[in-house]
Formats: sequence, C-alpha cells, structure tokens
Amino acid sequence: MAKNIKITINGVTVEIEPGTTILEAARQTGVIIPTLCYHKDLCVAGNCRVCVTEIVGQKRLTAACATPCEEGMEVLTNSLKVRNSRKHIIELLLSEHNADCTRCYKNGNCELQLLASEYKIMTQDFIRLVPFKKYSIDMFSPSIIKDDSKCIRCQRCVRTCAELQGVNALTVAHKGDQMKITTFFEKTMNDVVCTNCGQCINHCPTGALVEKNYIEEVWDAIADKTRHVVVQTAPAVRVGLGEELGFEPGSRVTGKMVAALKRLGFDAVMDTDFTADLTIMEEGTELLTRLKKVLVDRDEEVKLPMATSCSPGWIKYIEHMYPDYLDHLSTCKSPQQMFGALAKTYYAKARNLDPEKIVSVSIMPCTAKKFEANRPEMHDSGYRDVDYVLTTRELAIMIKQAGIDFMKLEDMHYDRLMGESTGAGVIFGATGGVMEAALRTAYELVTGRDVPFENLNIAPVRGMDGVKEASVKIENPLKEWAFLDGVELKCAVAHGLVNAKKVMDSIRSGETSYHFIEFMACPGGCLGGGGQPIPTSPEIRRKRAEAIYAEDEGMPLRKSHLNPEVIKIYKDFLDKPLGEKSHQLLHTKYTARERF
Amino acid sequence: MTTNYQLKRADFIFKNENDWEEVLSKNINRSPQELINELISSELKGRGGAGFPTGLKWKLSAEAVDETKYVICNADEGEPGTFKDREILSRVPFKVLTAMAVCGHVIGAKEGYIYLRGEYFFLQPELNKAIGEFEYYCKEINLDFKIRIFMGSGAYICGEETALFESMEGKRGEPRNKPPYPSSCGYMGKPTVINNVETLAHTFTIFKYGAKRFYDLGVQYSRGSKLFSVSGDTPKPGIYELELGMSLADFVDEFGDGDTKAVQVGGASGFLVPRKRFSETAIGFQGKLTGISLPTGGSMMLFNSSRSMFNVLDNYLEFFREESCGQCTPCRVGCQQLLKGIKAVKRGEKNAQYLDKLLRLAETMQYTAKCGLGQSVANSFSSIVENFREEMIY
Ligand SMILES: Cc1cc2nc3c(=O)[nH]c(=O)nc-3n(C[C@H](O)[C@H](O)[C@H](O)COP(=O)(O)O)c2cc1C
Ligand code: SF4
Ligand code: SF4
Ligand code: SF4
Ligand code: SF4
Ligand code: FES
Repeated sequence: MAKNIKITINGVTVEIEPGTTILEAARQTGVIIPTLCYHKDLCVAGNCRVCVTEIVGQKRLTAACATPCEEGMEVLTNSLKVRNSRKHIIELLLSEHNADCTRCYKNGNCELQLLASEYKIMTQDFIRLVPFKKYSIDMFSPSIIKDDSKCIRCQRCVRTCAELQGVNALTVAHKGDQMKITTFFEKTMNDVVCTNCGQCINHCPTGALVEKNYIEEVWDAIADKTRHVVVQTAPAVRVGLGEELGFEPGSRVTGKMVAALKRLGFDAVMDTDFTADLTIMEEGTELLTRLKKVLVDRDEEVKLPMATSCSPGWIKYIEHMYPDYLDHLSTCKSPQQMFGALAKTYYAKARNLDPEKIVSVSIMPCTAKKFEANRPEMHDSGYRDVDYVLTTRELAIMIKQAGIDFMKLEDMHYDRLMGESTGAGVIFGATGGVMEAALRTAYELVTGRDVPFENLNIAPVRGMDGVKEASVKIENPLKEWAFLDGVELKCAVAHGLVNAKKVMDSIRSGETSYHFIEFMACPGGCLGGGGQPIPTSPEIRRKRAEAIYAEDEGMPLRKSHLNPEVIKIYKDFLDKPLGEKSHQLLHTKYTARERF
Repeated sequence: MTTNYQLKRADFIFKNENDWEEVLSKNINRSPQELINELISSELKGRGGAGFPTGLKWKLSAEAVDETKYVICNADEGEPGTFKDREILSRVPFKVLTAMAVCGHVIGAKEGYIYLRGEYFFLQPELNKAIGEFEYYCKEINLDFKIRIFMGSGAYICGEETALFESMEGKRGEPRNKPPYPSSCGYMGKPTVINNVETLAHTFTIFKYGAKRFYDLGVQYSRGSKLFSVSGDTPKPGIYELELGMSLADFVDEFGDGDTKAVQVGGASGFLVPRKRFSETAIGFQGKLTGISLPTGGSMMLFNSSRSMFNVLDNYLEFFREESCGQCTPCRVGCQQLLKGIKAVKRGEKNAQYLDKLLRLAETMQYTAKCGLGQSVANSFSSIVENFREEMIY
C-alpha cells in the first residue's frame, strides 16, 4: 500500500491514505463539510458546489467532494471566503427553488432545508426566479411524484437511475437556465422505462422526487366502521421502520411495529412473511417442475434459468428491457400480491367476512409495489387484491400523526391465519434471501436432508456483492427426484438493476448457464428499497441486513415448508403447490413493454 | 524597454506550408525529449484558453504511462465574432495536421481527432481531402498516425476541454472535475493532449524555424505572435497576426475609429478596458502592466461613445445564461441573477447598492464555478460594472 500523506485541515494535521478526497479526510477527522450533490452510493458529480473549501495559496475555492488530497495541502473549511461563498450558493439555490416547506412532503427530512437552516438564510436578497420558471409537477405515476419546482439539479437521481439501476429513465435536458431533469421526450414518469423502484426518491436530497402517498386514503378506510381493514408488513420494513422513529439503523422493531399498527386501528395485522413462505412452496415447486421438464422430458417450451418474480421493479425492468425473456420468469406473484389475493378469499372465508368490505393495505419498503398493486391483472380475488400500498416512510408518518410513542410500545404478535412466518420468510428482505429460503426448502424436499451449509446459513448468497453465485450438488435424492442425482444446481443472485443487466446479458450471450436466479431491483434487496427510510448508504444497508439475518437466526422455524399456517392453507384451501387454486390466485402473467 | 510595447505585425501563421512534408519527416526523427525542450524554450502558451505552456502540456502527457493516448485539436471556436481557427484550417490545414502528428510522436499517440465546430461542416470535405493526403504521406514515411474529424454539437461549452471529451464519448457536454487533468485522464480516460488550432499552427512555426524565431517575438511572459479578431467600431475589422505585448493604446491607434471608449479584450469571457487604462494595458498573458490574458479567440471588440455599456453587458450575460451547461449552481443561477439584477437596477426596482451585491456574487462565481465559463463571467461583469457604473444605473 502506498504511503500515507499529511495535510492540515483548519490547522490540524491529519494523515490519510493517498487518493482520499478532502471531504473524506475531513469526515475522518470530525470536520463536517456540507454537501448536496455528493452521495456515498454514487460517483462524484461536483456540481452543487456547497462543499467548496479553501486551499491556502489558491485563489479559487475547491470542491471538497471532488478533490483528492495532496501532500502538504492546507485546507480551510470555514474561512470567511468559504462561508461567504457557501452562503451565496445556498441563496442562489433557494432563489431558484419553490421553498414552500410547510406544504412540502420532505419538510423535516430535506438536505436543502437543513442547510438553509444551518446558514440562517432569513432574507431573500436575490431575485426570486421561481415565478419566471414554468415548473411542472408530474403526478401520473402511481408510485412517484416528480416536482421540478423543488429540484436543485444535483443529478443524484440521474446518477442513481444510471449507475445503480442501469435504467436511464431520468436524464438532463437543455442547458443554461433551462437545464432540467427529465425523461425521454419529456414524457411522464408512468410513460417511460421507469421501473418505479424509487431509488431516485431515496437518493434525492429534496422534495423533488417523492412517493405518491396514500396516507389519507388509509386513514379514511380505518375510520369507516363498515370496512374491515387488513394490513400486511413486508420483511424489510421491520428492520427499517425504527430509523424513522428514533432508533439506530439495524434495529429490529417487529413487535413494536405490530403494536403500532394495532393502535392505528387496523382490524387485522398480518405478515407478508407468511406469503413469502408460501412463495417458496410455489416457486420451489415450479423450479423443480421446470427442471424435470427440461432434464427428463426435454421440453423445449420450458425455459431455464428460472428467474424470481417477487420484485416488481425487476419485473417492470425485464418487461421493458428483455421482453423476449419473460418466459424465464417464475409465474409466482410477489408475496404482496399473493397476500392480497388470499386476504379477500381465504381469509374472508375463514373469518366469515364479505370480501367487498375488506380493505387490504400493505406496508412495503418499496414504491414499485404501488405500481404492482395497480396492475390491471391483480384482481384475481374478484376485487382489487391490494387496495393501498404504503411505504415504510408513510407508516412512520401515520405513527407520528397518531401520537404514538413508538419507543415505549410493548411488543405484540401478528394475528393468526396469515401472520405466522419462518426465518426463511424474513430473509426475503435481504439480497440472496429468496435464493437461500428456496434452497433450504427445495434441497430438503428433494433429498430429505438439510441443505449442506452450516446452520442453514447459505453464506455464498449473502453479502453486498452485486452478483453472487452459488452451486449446490444434489446427492442421494429421494426416489421421485432420482433424475436430479448428481445435478449441480447453479444459482445466481443479483441486486440493483445494473447488476441484473449484467446477469441478463451473460444469459443472452450464453456465457453463463444457471438454473435459478434471484433478481432484486434495489441495492441490498428490499432492505434497501425505494420506500425505506432516507438516508441510505452502504453502511446503513449492511446494518439492516445484519438485523434481517439476526431475525432469521432467532426464529424457531427457519424453513418455509415448516410454517404451520402454510401447511394449514394447503390442507384447508389451496390443496397443493401449483394446484388449481394456486394457479388462479397466486400466479400471474407478464406484459412486454416498449423501451423508452 | 518601452519600445517593447509597440504594435508589430507578424506573418507566420498563414505563410506557405508547402514544406510540411519536410518539417514532418525531419521532426519525427528527433527525440521526443528534444522536441519538448524546443517547445519549452519557445515559451509558447496555449492560444485557446488559459494560456497553459504548450511544452509542459506535451511533456506531462509524454510522461503519462499508457498504451493508448490521444491528440485532439480543439476547433470548436465558439466565441462569438471569432473565426481565426476556421481560417487556419481552410488556408493552412497541413500545418495543423503536421503539428498533431509530431505531438503524437512526442507523447506516443497513434490517433488524433479534430473536434470541429458544428457550423463548420462545410470545411469537412476539404479537410478530409487534406487528411487523406497527409495520411498517405505518413504511410510513406512509416509513421503510424491517424486523424479523424469529430463534428461538434453546437454548444459553446463543448469547447471546454473536458466537456469536449464528454461530448466525443457520446455523453452530454458537461465539464468534468479537475483533477484529473487531460494529460493523465482525457478522452476515454486516456492521456490526451488537447490544443487549440492556432496553438498547433504555432508549433509548426517552432518546429520549422526553431524556438528562437518564435521566442524573439513578443515580450517577457508573452512570447510569439497571435491572431486577433478585430471587430466592433473599427474601420478595418478582420483577422490580424500581431506580436504579443503591444499596449492597448497602440492597438487603438491602429484599429480605432478615433472615438474608442472601451475595448473588450478576449471576448465575452475577457475583460473590458476603458479608455483611461489603454496606455497602461498590454495585451499578453502576464504583462508587467496588467494581468490580462487572452481567452479563446483573441477577440478584440472596440466600442465607441455611441455604445451603451449596459447593452454590451446585457448581451454578454444573455450569452452566458444560455450557454452555461447548467450543471453547477454558481454559474447556472448566478448568470440568471446577474442578468435579472442589472435589469432590475436599470429599471429602478433595485437600488444602486444592489450592484455591489452582484459584484460580490460575481466574485463567488469566479471562486466556486466548476469550469472556466462560470469562473470567467466575473471578468466582463466586474470590469464593465466597475468602470461604467453610471451607465448601469441611469
Ligand atoms: C467555456 C469555454 C469554452 C472554450 N472554448 C474553446 C474553443 O472554442 N476553442 C479552444 O481552442 N479552446 C476553448 N476553450 C479552452 C479549452 O478548454 C482548452 O483550454 C484549450 O483547448 C487548450 O488548448 P491550448 O492550450 O492550445 O490553448 C474553452 C474553454 C472554456 C472554459
Ligand atoms: S424541498 Fe426542502 S427546502 Fe424545498 S420546500 Fe421541500 S422541505 Fe423545503
Ligand atoms: S424509480 Fe427507479 S427506474 Fe424510475 S426513475 Fe427512479 S431510479 Fe429510475
Ligand atoms: S430530482 Fe432530486 S435528485 Fe434529482 S436533480 Fe433534482 S434535487 Fe437532485
Ligand atoms: S461553470 Fe457553468 S458551464 Fe462550467 S460547469 Fe458550471 S454550469 Fe457548466
Ligand atoms: S457536494 Fe461537492 S460539489 Fe456538490
């Protein structure tokens, strides 16, 4: 490793690795330099200029985020020149900004607002430019609202969509005072390749990109006594929600969350983990069936590798980008949509409720799930299967509105029937989790033995590498699976659509030959979803992942097929995986889409 | 030493180029080190922008370790009213091609590009013909160097070197962060020498006649000659090759209409010099008299007393507001504020002290903008507002 270099920051000497930027060096030494366009997940843009610092001996100021330290540099982060310039830049941003904080969704969690409040910009000296601009608000997407009047043009969203997602739905158009963030031909967000993943929302420092919220609709449903409001919570919500309510990243708040939902007035609080386990039964069986059709029956119609289908951002992505590969997708609905279809059939019947009176709400770490619930085909119960999708953030808002002191809540349990889960269901929230859960069950189904990994922890599919591979050799299978003897099941896991693209391209070119692939649209999987608390960073996602795996380890049951409520639903209602009822309620079809 | 500051015409750039084959074959047989030393001792500085010493630029790229390197000729010529690069490319193209190939030899590049301003598409056929002839000769002398033309997109900012690379790479023409500099990380992330058309033409002169001939022109810190595009209130607009270091008073004597009240030196991103400063201002990079530099075109625009300096500034700011790439805050919003601000003062909506606030803003833009465009708005803004404050208000 190269030798360390020495610089001074505000007169204090620090020793740092070569290549460290001024910003990183400052952070390491406890000096805070404000930033706006900088984000740990993204490449450096250096366009907002609020991070400017003075290097002694240089006339011009330097963007700390974009400048590597050099031996002997004397950096000032708070000189008069720096402060005046920074203040000017904030004033300029505000002059172009529709600073209507009290009516803004990001009020209280906005980087621009925070900066303005730190610098106490109390006057408006510069001319207000907002009235001269023809700013537009795009509310057509069921997931995302894009309000150009709140945009500071930091391009974090553009970089997110390109670098993390490889979608490029957002671009910069025009120059000078006309420069703005927009889409292909300035179409609306629901009319372009946007996957609704919400990563741009998670990375936007202001209120320019936010989720479309359904908080009032849900309050209305709860208040309506003729309605029976059922809520489900996705696996990743329980390791994220705490961050919005005063806990450190990585806190597990499952029991408190259930208690809060009950206090909010939901009639039944159940768990998406239950349908995650159910997904494993359906998808695992589908995989084994496909393997048999390909390996034994030589059925050319059946495609391998089979790709998971529980991430609706990924689904919309493949529909746009690889429409000729839709046959590779598992036909399983996402756990959210399975839950929705069952809530208005199985649950309604068991509880003797009129399905028309049921309002089905889901709490998701995801904005793409809002779009998914809105898909025309998601009406298999005879009604809209999921009525409202709220993000983790929206739930936190409701909890605050209701005056619930979240910290003080006693843990509570989910309601029965669709509220039981296993560790396998929980890990759906992390990248690699679906794969791990599927392997735990499929391997046992085929061989009668546990997967050959210590303590059921399939380490190769865990962690934050963009593409992970694992293979499991099947030895001594049970008689009915004899055709799988000696087969090495090759699996891959990709998270973040830019990684999904890599894997898809490798399949298309014939470079790889997997049997089964897990795809998640968001970095880190659902725990890094577009509906999770803001901010996000690699470190925060790592902590949430640790929490997910800790939750798994703490569960008495860790294999989906052992979930007693799953066993019960097959006995009482569904009959068997891939049975007729399953086909009707739990499986779906996909739509090829245009590529712009 | 006063004699140094006289206006002296020169005639190198457009002088015949019939001997380019000889110049090329002679110089590619010299060692890169020797050529670099020649350039360094000529003290040639870039004629396209910041006046960076050309010899040093080539040296840095020569020292960069990489299999692939590039030579790029910047022919984006976006400064309004300048067309000297166009003249060079149409009248003496082989000088530029030769210089590019010698540069390739010096730094170890096998590929060169001419980034040609979109509006100059009509030059393309002739230029391609010249390139064809040039490459034919290269083959004959066993020199592996290819030159291609890249047509620009028409945005002024694409003349900024890193925005130019972005644009060549098929991306939006937005300037990059520096460092890294082109000498180590330019086009396609490879070490790149990017020079203005005129700079390259001067290297031809140096490689042909030796550094001394060039060095003997001009004054200390500002050696050699330079093409000037003279326009505005002048009886003889046009392109002139003059030695650097002349005093502005001499220049105005030669080109003015007898009623010159100010000269804008260096185009929109340059400085305005009022009459009372003519005799103390020398045109060069780092004159004893002033610190005036020569951005892009060597544009010299003369204004007589009939001109409203408010309108002049208004025009420049309009230009910057539109031509800013829009990515960085100080430039994108700053230009809008300066423009709206002077209008508001003129209309009496803001008081005269608001000009001081705008001057401080312009200074912030100079300190904090990401690239040369935003950094140089203050040049014309401050020099005009400070010298013609009354015209801004009344
Ligand atoms: C806004 C802007 C526009 C520029 N336009 C041009 C141009 O049209 N032609 C040019 O040669 N250099 C232009 N430059 C300067 C280039 O960035 C670069 O410095 C120059 O091409 C280097 O060549 P030189 O060393 O030969 O001067 C521009 C710079 C800025 C900041
Ligand atoms: S984006 Fe931020 S600064 Fe702007 S109105 Fe919303 S909260 Fe206020
Ligand atoms: S939601 Fe996802 S796909 Fe859509 S614009 Fe944002 S980052 Fe891109
Ligand atoms: S929408 Fe948000 S992330 Fe995108 S440029 Fe605007 S402020 Fe930045
Ligand atoms: S200074 Fe202006 S032209 Fe340069 S990067 Fe900033 S906005 Fe773009
Ligand atoms: S944070 Fe450094 S320029 Fe924006």
